[in-house]
Amino acid sequence: MSSNGMAIEADNLVKHFGDTVAVDGVSFSVPRGSVLGLLGPNGAGKTTTVRMMTTLTRPTRGTARVNGHDVLREPDAVRRSMGLTGQAATVDELLTGRENIRMIGALYGLSPSYVRKAADDLLERFSLSDAGDRIVKNYSGGMRRRLDLAVSLVATPPVLFLDEPTTGLDPRSRVELWEVLRGLVRDGTTLLLTTQYLEEADQLADRIIVIDRGTVIAEGTALELKDQSGQAAIVLTISRAQDLPLAEQMLREHVATVHVDEAARQLTAPADGLRDMTRIAAVFEHSEIELDDLGLKRPSLDDVFLHLTGHRAEDDPEQTMEERAS
Amino acid sequence: MTTDTTTAATTQELRRPELRQTGLLHQSWTIVRRNLRHIRRQPEALTDVTIQPIMFVVLFAFVFGGSIQTQGSNYREWLLPGIMAQTMAFSSFVVAIGLNTDIDKGIVDRFRSLPISRASVLIGRSISSLIHSSIGIVVMSLTGLAIGWRIHDGVLDGLLAYGLLLLFGFAMIWIGILVGSAMRSIEAVNGLMFTTIFPITFLANTFAPTENMTPWLRTVAEWNPVSSLVQAMRELWGNAPAAGPDAALPLRHPELFAAGWSVLIAALVAPLAVRAFNRRTSE
Repeated sequence: MSSNGMAIEADNLVKHFGDTVAVDGVSFSVPRGSVLGLLGPNGAGKTTTVRMMTTLTRPTRGTARVNGHDVLREPDAVRRSMGLTGQAATVDELLTGRENIRMIGALYGLSPSYVRKAADDLLERFSLSDAGDRIVKNYSGGMRRRLDLAVSLVATPPVLFLDEPTTGLDPRSRVELWEVLRGLVRDGTTLLLTTQYLEEADQLADRIIVIDRGTVIAEGTALELKDQSGQAAIVLTISRAQDLPLAEQMLREHVATVHVDEAARQLTAPADGLRDMTRIAAVFEHSEIELDDLGLKRPSLDDVFLHLTGHRAEDDPEQTMEERAS
Repeated sequence: MTTDTTTAATTQELRRPELRQTGLLHQSWTIVRRNLRHIRRQPEALTDVTIQPIMFVVLFAFVFGGSIQTQGSNYREWLLPGIMAQTMAFSSFVVAIGLNTDIDKGIVDRFRSLPISRASVLIGRSISSLIHSSIGIVVMSLTGLAIGWRIHDGVLDGLLAYGLLLLFGFAMIWIGILVGSAMRSIEAVNGLMFTTIFPITFLANTFAPTENMTPWLRTVAEWNPVSSLVQAMRELWGNAPAAGPDAALPLRHPELFAAGWSVLIAALVAPLAVRAFNRRTSE
């Protein structure tokens, strides 16, 4: 058991594939019961990092601990402590959903009677009861992902690794899966999820690590990351177009730069945060100018990513070295 | 936004079931059962040990049978051990394709993320492949009985021949593991196996006697491990007389060589196969 309350610790993980450096010194720790989002584009090294932490790939240097167990010295204890849901849903297509869960349960060393009951419970919990005795080949993408997750949970692992759990899912299935993951966290499971979707990290993760070209380039909560990059902005929408010049003039007395969008009747000015906004709200409250809207626009994680890396998160750089050199 | 759930969730403790230590036998058997389910769900995967060898028996026995002369024996009886050996050689295909598919689809990764021995995946694959091939042996024996093939020399010799056949199958499994791990796609597996194993099973005494081949080809054919096995089965089952004094050494001691070749192939290929599997799966 980990004494410091950390469920996952990566300690300077490095992985070389031949001359390619896929992961170059990644360190972080995840407190028990929290969710860490590993955010980065394709080829950033996310999958390789997860493969090292789940004992599938040996680190070239560095190590990791899962539930207090070292991946190099106690791989079996690590495997007993975690579940893994891979990028491609790794369920057996020719077995039924129920058979998949039972097989993995048996391999974990659970008793047959426990596995039988656990399979029923998991199928129920993941809305697969009706499909439980159907062959997985005929499942939809969303059903496969849910089954994949159900299989990973049969031994109730305290730590769960999810490698791009919602890639390829339609928006509805994605939201459903998020709900399931939130439930797991409520029950006390620690999650590490990799994602290319900023929204997903924003929705689920307590802390986010941004990784690009094998190194950590930023770390923090979604809010901290947004604050770190670029400034927030105040956006005013003026009711009557003829008030626009006056409003601009008033605003200029309080802020350095104002951007005017006449068509949208909008004024945008950089702001440090809520305090700036309340100040400006007060200015307009005592004037003749009517406002349709006044808001603080924080940069989205997309903006953050662009700011940090110089390219967008969904970009697909040529090097996809983490995708198992096949 | 879920930024504040950290503190709320940390106090919760998971209730976990007891995970018992499992043995290699339990693990391998669980994987065998899974592979056998695959056969049941996909009976067409058995055509390689059912329809295909029957087709070969019929084709060779009735199409070529009239033109191939075998000294002192009936061609149909003579042919059957050849086709059995060929089918057993093809079991390397079965292993290679099954393993390659499992690696490709991430099933092997799933298994490797579990607290089980990494050998259990290979052992499970090997055992289910031997079962797969054994189905073929039964089908071919029955087909043989239908067209006039018999075991003439008693139960013990008869069983010894089957034993040598299974031993050969064991050696072929390692080739399958090597190819299945080293190749990057099913197409590559198929291509490689079809251009190697397939001709190797013909470049032997499988379908035609070696006596009529040009001398250098005859030497190659008679040193082919497949030939020792086929000759051994023919002699043990009483389907053909012992090889003449002008035959190459392996054919004059076929049982010994059949066993020796299989052990040698397994001993040489197994370490390479395990290495290829570990390298491929630990990327």
